Amino acid sequence: MKSLIQELVETTGPSGYESRVRDVIRTKIETLADEVYVDALGNLIAAKGEVESGGKKIMLAAHMDEIGIIATHIDELGFIRFTTIGGVRRQTCVGGRVRFLNGTRGVISYEDLGDVNKLPTFNQMYIDVGSTSRAECPVRVGDVAAFDRPFSSFGDRLVSKAMDDRIGTAVLIETLRLLNKTPNQVFFVFSVQEEVGLRGATTAAYGLDPDIGIAVDVTRSGDTPKGVKMEVSLGAGPAVKVRDSGMLSDPRVVSWMVDTAEKEKLPYQMEVLEAGTTDARAIQLTRAGVPAGCISIPCRYIHAPSEMVDYNDVQNAVQLLLALLKQEVNLE
Amino acid sequence: MIELLPLLETLCAAPGLSGNESPVREIIEQTWRPYTDELSVSRLGSLHALKHGSAPEPRPSILIATHMDAIGLMVTGIVNGLLRVTEIGGLDARVLPGQLVTVHGRQEIPGIIVQPPAHLLPAHAQSGPVPIKYLLVDTGLRARQVNQQVRTGDLISFAQEPTQLQGDTLAGRSLDNRASVAALSLCLEQLHTRNHAWDVWAVATTQEEETMGGARTSAFELRPKLAVAVDVTWGKSPGSPDHLTFALGKGPTLGWGPNVHPGLHQSIRKIAEQIEMPFALEAMPRHSGTDAFAIQVAAQGIPTMVITIPLRYMHTPVEVVALKDIQRTARLLTEFISQLEIDYMEKLLLEESS
Amino acid sequence: MSADTVKRDNAPKIRAAQIRLLERLCNASAVSGDEGEVRSIVLDEIRSHADQVEVDSIGNVLATKLGKSRHRKKRLRVMLAAHMDEIGFMLIHREDSSIFRFDTVGGIDVRQLVGKPVLVGQDHIPGVIGTKPIHLTTSNERKNTISLDALRIDIGLDSNPKVKVGDRATFATRFTRIGPSLRAKALDDRLGVATLIQLVKHAPENIDLLAAFTVQEEVGLRGAQVAAYTFDPDVGIALDSTPAIDLPDWEQEAGQEENSFYNTKLDGGPAIYLADSATLADPRLIRHFADTAEAAGIPFQFRQPGGGGTDAGAIHRSRAGIPSISVSVPARYLHTAAGIARLSDWRHTLTLLHTALTKMTPSLLSEPR
Repeated sequence: MKSLIQELVETTGPSGYESRVRDVIRTKIETLADEVYVDALGNLIAAKGEVESGGKKIMLAAHMDEIGIIATHIDELGFIRFTTIGGVRRQTCVGGRVRFLNGTRGVISYEDLGDVNKLPTFNQMYIDVGSTSRAECPVRVGDVAAFDRPFSSFGDRLVSKAMDDRIGTAVLIETLRLLNKTPNQVFFVFSVQEEVGLRGATTAAYGLDPDIGIAVDVTRSGDTPKGVKMEVSLGAGPAVKVRDSGMLSDPRVVSWMVDTAEKEKLPYQMEVLEAGTTDARAIQLTRAGVPAGCISIPCRYIHAPSEMVDYNDVQNAVQLLLALLKQEVNLE
Repeated sequence: MIELLPLLETLCAAPGLSGNESPVREIIEQTWRPYTDELSVSRLGSLHALKHGSAPEPRPSILIATHMDAIGLMVTGIVNGLLRVTEIGGLDARVLPGQLVTVHGRQEIPGIIVQPPAHLLPAHAQSGPVPIKYLLVDTGLRARQVNQQVRTGDLISFAQEPTQLQGDTLAGRSLDNRASVAALSLCLEQLHTRNHAWDVWAVATTQEEETMGGARTSAFELRPKLAVAVDVTWGKSPGSPDHLTFALGKGPTLGWGPNVHPGLHQSIRKIAEQIEMPFALEAMPRHSGTDAFAIQVAAQGIPTMVITIPLRYMHTPVEVVALKDIQRTARLLTEFISQLEIDYMEKLLLEESS
Repeated sequence: MSADTVKRDNAPKIRAAQIRLLERLCNASAVSGDEGEVRSIVLDEIRSHADQVEVDSIGNVLATKLGKSRHRKKRLRVMLAAHMDEIGFMLIHREDSSIFRFDTVGGIDVRQLVGKPVLVGQDHIPGVIGTKPIHLTTSNERKNTISLDALRIDIGLDSNPKVKVGDRATFATRFTRIGPSLRAKALDDRLGVATLIQLVKHAPENIDLLAAFTVQEEVGLRGAQVAAYTFDPDVGIALDSTPAIDLPDWEQEAGQEENSFYNTKLDGGPAIYLADSATLADPRLIRHFADTAEAAGIPFQFRQPGGGGTDAGAIHRSRAGIPSISVSVPARYLHTAAGIARLSDWRHTLTLLHTALTKMTPSLLSEPR
């Protein structure tokens, strides 16, 4: 699975411009699903299985998009001003590298602020792609770029940009690959534009109108020096999300996940996240409502160019998801 | 026969934090059962109660929404047997230290919210109000017992018992919005012996304090022709700005603004004047901060109104409400629903005719 | 005459009548939630031109003009949205017979309010937002912004039964033409409304035109959310007005005072949106509008990616998703008492929209993103 993860994380695909990621994923899943299609906003949807007695229509969601930047102005000397797509932080930009969709690479730097210890605002930053003039610059206003960092593995710890949420897409792909028998109809939704407001999942959920929704995304961990206090740690298993800042998971879905993990003797953790939300919120609020929850991959340094996950957590997430999908689900 | 005070006390005592409303839903279901024809639960846990109207089918329906969820806390971690917490719904951290709570673990465990002394807190939090993330809940149990009974994600409710104050008022937690649930209950009881043409959906919604998910999804599912959200508003009290608050005991307020259909507002106002019920106008320039915000834009849109009950000290465990205002709200709803004519929608206008 | 020439002759124009209509629209009062005055004008203008017109529960005017091609499947259902509401005020508390506390409706910089005349209610009763005279202030005081809490609307000496808590108020600016420019309040989005009225009157025959004159855009794209659900179109286009912040940058060297954050520029033509806070425009629609403008020789600009939002934000998230984009007339000083737009930018916006619509076919949506 590591090479799958590498291929996914190293593809460029900021929100609204997920085509490359979509193409990579589509090639991998085309033969695995009963039906594969792309909807009006660009969500990639793969259907597997039929609803049998006791079965349900289950929507899984992992988002294809990553945070990035979009060019707003090219000055006379070919330097590029930009704004952000999704929750990009200033600290992670300074000195960083980006790669535009058209392949152009650049370095982020900033104006002289008179004080080396001051953090620049986004308006004080610019990208240098090595051009000497506007006319000659290969980047135009509106071009998008993602952070540029290669995949690395430090033993079981995997590091890359865009673990959020390519790791989720990898989990979904692997689950689809290993899922042979299920009484449920499962929709694997590789969603777009999550980072800018759960937009793809909102419309995908409306289109599918599922009985149950489960997102697979990353969550913070509380296991770094003087970090946030949180009960989630890398290597302690996938996290069952109880709450985040945008959603209260359906308690019946949480129980279902916990009972299944216990039964299968899979490691798991209980997650309460105080900042950030996932596609599960969008699914929960759609139409007449959908009982929803989320399986989270603990991740350090989210929204930084080097996000870190534990490979065992990823594999256990796949096992948990498979165990959930193989069952007849009764949420009462 | 519904006795208001005992009903309120029962409703307020029942746990039911946003996202986990089933305990209070059961009580509401029992209360509404004798006065309604059909009861069901939505996919997100809202209670839907239908009372049939007398007009021939197909009958239009009016939805009355009262949110049943309450604010509280959730366990984020356990350290040495003490609980770290986060809020459910909007809480002012200054209200918390010293409050009695109930921890809903494997069993109900009493606890206190405690404020660690300054020297045990990071430098920037040592003076002034202590933010929620640094507060702890102490149950008095030893760490081993706590770890067996409680885990991350468990809920914590305020434990304040309701108390009667002077002038027929009640102080307690969760009067936001159980006071409105009580008003709707009285209305259903009254409608039981009145004739009304329209179908009535009484809906106890979930998650208003967090996502308004209940109102949004119930409105989408039920598609009423009209909707009224009943909630609480800021009551006049020491320290609260005069121009944004409303006196207790002077009746409910009728909302006005982009979140309210002007014609529906006028119709309900006329009824209030007709029955000589005191009320105040509540100007809501941008939005109502109630379930009406979600309901108004469900599917193809629903004409919506907001009626609110003045309440002091909102989002504290000592909220105060005047029982009379709850009764008036119930009566206003009953009279409006009873007088709704079958062709009301054809006459409903956005513009006042000048 | 070639087919193209015929099409261009049918293209809607902006002449004296349209400018008079814009004047009526800009001078009308229609704060979010209270759009009746503009709604009446819109209904009068389009009733006889549309196949079907309705006003929905929240106050949107929804007008349909079906196309004429023989096969329905060959016609895209295109929703165009222009919002009728403007930013303004609501009276929230009466302090004495003629003095009211008020709150803002929509995003307004509080510093823009002081010392302005306003019009209250549907009868346009005049009032003022005054402040303490300079003679009675200290220089220290003048360093601080006067907060909304300190401001009042004053309607004179006596009360007026037509002025009460709950009434809306707008800036009192009257529309006027100055050389190449139009100066008025509420250019956002009466420019869009006037443009959409013209498009309904000259609807291209190759599409089903679903015109939504929406309400409550300024308080959260509320009307568009409902309108999009009702229409369920194939494509969504918001017609709005967007800030031109093309003033000189103080920090730059003299003679090179170009600022890098101008959003759009006056005289730059219609602004095609790439990305704002509410919408990432569908790349196929971006290409369609840009290519159309280039081929037809219509000046245009890309609005700089950044903040802000239009009705497209609600439309594209409706139901199972609707590819959407916004095209706006640039204007300076929006959301203040007086904005400035160029007549030529407005003309080019109308021409670009009409031309782009005449070239829209269902194959647009089968193109790769």
